[in-house]
Amino acid sequence: MSRVDRSVLPIPGPNAPFRFPQIHRRVLTNGLEVRAVSHRNVPVVCAVLIVPGGTAADPPDRPGLAAFTADLIDEGSGGRSALDVSDDLARYGADLDIDVGPDAIALSLTTLTPYLAPAVALLAEMAIRPNLADPDIERVRKLRLERLRQLRDHAPAVAERALMRLLYRDHPYGHLGLGSETAIEATTAADIRSFHRGAFVPSGATIVIVGDAEPAELFAGVTDVFGGWETPADAPRVNRHAGLVAPPLFPERRLAVVPRAGAAQSEIRIGHVCASRDTPDYHALVLLNMILGGQFTSRVNLNLRQDKGYTYGVRTGFDLRRGLGPFALSTSVQTEVTAPAIREALREIEDIRGARPATADELSMARASVTQGYPRGFETAQQVARGVGQLALHGLSDHYFEEFVPRIEAVTLDEVGRVAAAYLDPARMVTLAVGDHQQIASTLTTLNLGEPFVLSVLGQ
Amino acid sequence: MEIPYIKRTLDNGLDVIVHQHRQLPMVAVNVWYHVGSKNERPGRTGFAHLFEHLMFEGSEHYDKGYFQPLQQAGGLLNGSTNTDRTNYWEVVPTGALDLALWMESDRMGYLLPALTKEKFENQRDVVLNERRQNYENRPYGLAGIAMAAALFAPDHPYHWLTIGSADDIRSMALDEVRDFFSTYYHPANASLTLAGDVEPERAFDLAEQYFGDIPTGVVAPPVVVSPAPPVDSRLVLEDRVELARLYLSWHSPAMFEAGDADLDLASDLIAHGKTSRLYRTLVYEKRIAADVVAYQHSRELSGVFQIASTAVPGVSLAALETVITETLAELAAQGPTAAELERSRAQTASQFVYRLQTIGGFGGKSDQLNAYNVFRGDPGFFAADRARYDNATSASIATAVRTWLTGRPRVALSVVPTGQQALALPGSSAVRAS
Repeated sequence: MSRVDRSVLPIPGPNAPFRFPQIHRRVLTNGLEVRAVSHRNVPVVCAVLIVPGGTAADPPDRPGLAAFTADLIDEGSGGRSALDVSDDLARYGADLDIDVGPDAIALSLTTLTPYLAPAVALLAEMAIRPNLADPDIERVRKLRLERLRQLRDHAPAVAERALMRLLYRDHPYGHLGLGSETAIEATTAADIRSFHRGAFVPSGATIVIVGDAEPAELFAGVTDVFGGWETPADAPRVNRHAGLVAPPLFPERRLAVVPRAGAAQSEIRIGHVCASRDTPDYHALVLLNMILGGQFTSRVNLNLRQDKGYTYGVRTGFDLRRGLGPFALSTSVQTEVTAPAIREALREIEDIRGARPATADELSMARASVTQGYPRGFETAQQVARGVGQLALHGLSDHYFEEFVPRIEAVTLDEVGRVAAAYLDPARMVTLAVGDHQQIASTLTTLNLGEPFVLSVLGQ
Repeated sequence: MEIPYIKRTLDNGLDVIVHQHRQLPMVAVNVWYHVGSKNERPGRTGFAHLFEHLMFEGSEHYDKGYFQPLQQAGGLLNGSTNTDRTNYWEVVPTGALDLALWMESDRMGYLLPALTKEKFENQRDVVLNERRQNYENRPYGLAGIAMAAALFAPDHPYHWLTIGSADDIRSMALDEVRDFFSTYYHPANASLTLAGDVEPERAFDLAEQYFGDIPTGVVAPPVVVSPAPPVDSRLVLEDRVELARLYLSWHSPAMFEAGDADLDLASDLIAHGKTSRLYRTLVYEKRIAADVVAYQHSRELSGVFQIASTAVPGVSLAALETVITETLAELAAQGPTAAELERSRAQTASQFVYRLQTIGGFGGKSDQLNAYNVFRGDPGFFAADRARYDNATSASIATAVRTWLTGRPRVALSVVPTGQQALALPGSSAVRAS
């Protein structure tokens, strides 16, 4: 056996071709879009029902209504109790996940292929005919209030909540799914039933079904059980486009603190309202983010973690939504270095816009890293189902997956430089620290971001 | 259901396991070293994990950090340390398999020449920040530290968590790394699995080519301890939390020992899903708890069975304890019902199938093959592992609950909001953890 040449790294060879999943479509007579993908790996099937209208659709005086309603989906349906439904899920070995995003509610059910029909029928029952009974509403209300109370202890949750409030104020993106204690207490059973009748309708909704079966079998699994779903003529209005309203672009404050006495670290967020998912610059932003803070070898992580040892990790992300979503840098740093860490983070954001623009090497690395590993995202039925669900939510083409890699490869260094300058604006950024206010107050003033605005853990 | 594989051992003692699966044009590389925090000693806690960090800082022939070339090739990679083992993995496009093996073998054979004081001190700071983020600044984050200390005697290596104590981490020095590396990081103490888009013969050739000339080492004797049963105790820890939480922990069977699978099933029966006995009583019916979890955490030297439940405002932890004690007594007396057993069989069946969905990463097929190889000497243990669950009966579950839980010594830890010790179980003595 020949010895290895350790003087040089092996150059990766060409990658084997990969066939992206073929998406089969149907539209049921009630308007429900069905997308089916055969995914032959293990005997697993995953169904994702996407109903447009997420936390942004909460009425202004009822933040948390969408998530409260979605939480009741598996608390009893079709006249059967929550325990009966839970028992069925367990007997199908099924996992149910309820995800309430800013723009949509997604119900994901994963089960073994032999249970495809009964499990998807149960998903339909939960979505279409939840009991929404008073005792269940009261029980879930109490659980949600306790959850909200517990989140006050959790610095990352406190930071997320405060940041959205600072960036979006009263805009529909300005609150998280859990809403507020006041609103959860004030929400009535009628509010919940009305939201359900308005939001959970086949028109505009999509069900994606992916798994170890032929497309015909996958279609058959959903057609009957969802075919009888009707949009009520008197369906209450749920604003599915609430997020599209223009948010405030300039923050009232540049610097904010949520005091957390004795905290071992400061939880930091730096961000601003940024862009929507349909921006033509999407692919350039993906690459910009990889370079700035989207992976281990990004600029901010190499600086704050690998060079300075300030943190266990730091990342940036463009949370692109149907409306203008936020850009944010997130990290948690040792209390003593709060101000220097913020200064370095802001400097990295500023520098990539001009003083130290992305280099050709960085771009080629980011591009390779995004494209070479792309097939990894299609390994499980659940990954494929969620991916196809995103296409549905954002109105992207069935060929999106095939087109992704060539589009990423077409992005030039000039474009990355242009989007860095256009989409990142330090002058508009809010810097937030959840930490030991007494210890960090004096150094924060050296940042020249003005007096810190002090918020409570509730973001007020 | 199984994970087909071929296993060979190189002359230097490295186990190589290959599982071919062509769904994606990707290969998972997974390396286990049979070392964890159980191999540490008091005063040096946290070393195995700090060492894991150093494995990403470059090696003799590529000293520019471990991530860059692999991320550039489209790879995903990570590593982790627990009490019993340390694992490292990459999932790479097929064309980058050589690169991944070059990198893994270079750090297995040639880590030390590239290690500097600067890297060591930087990663020590990073680890201290990891500890702050995941333990010190997290609600209930110190409970696990206090519980481990109470469950196991100070000279038992499960007395401390893998993250280690902050003081120990601060006092570590670069020269300690050399000994640790030569004792534990060599082919005979490691297991390499390749899973995915690779022909077995080519995989074995590559393994020989990249790892074959790494000098073998002597496998350290296994850590032997006799876990004295815990002293029945009640402790209270104040923390920055809104709601009080009760943790009850017992010693339980070690990994794969008799009763391990039965207690794993028992934990699901009492706390997984709305129909589980404790969720139903505490959260659904009586509404005195915000949540309840239970698990059988089995490891090489001993297992721990733990139940944790958070009280709703105004409810004392004693009220939760009463229900938990009654529920365990019922399960010990009668065992699960036929319906409960049927449900848990279905869940077991699906969980084992779900485990076959990914080739790499934490818990993927390559990780499982290495786990079975390192802990059982048999990568093909998947089917036998599942049989342990299928063979469990109502009587065997009841027996395990009687043998290990009801009436056995246990540690009851009350975590209460600062200044509210009255919420703790009566008679609890205050502990501190940091």
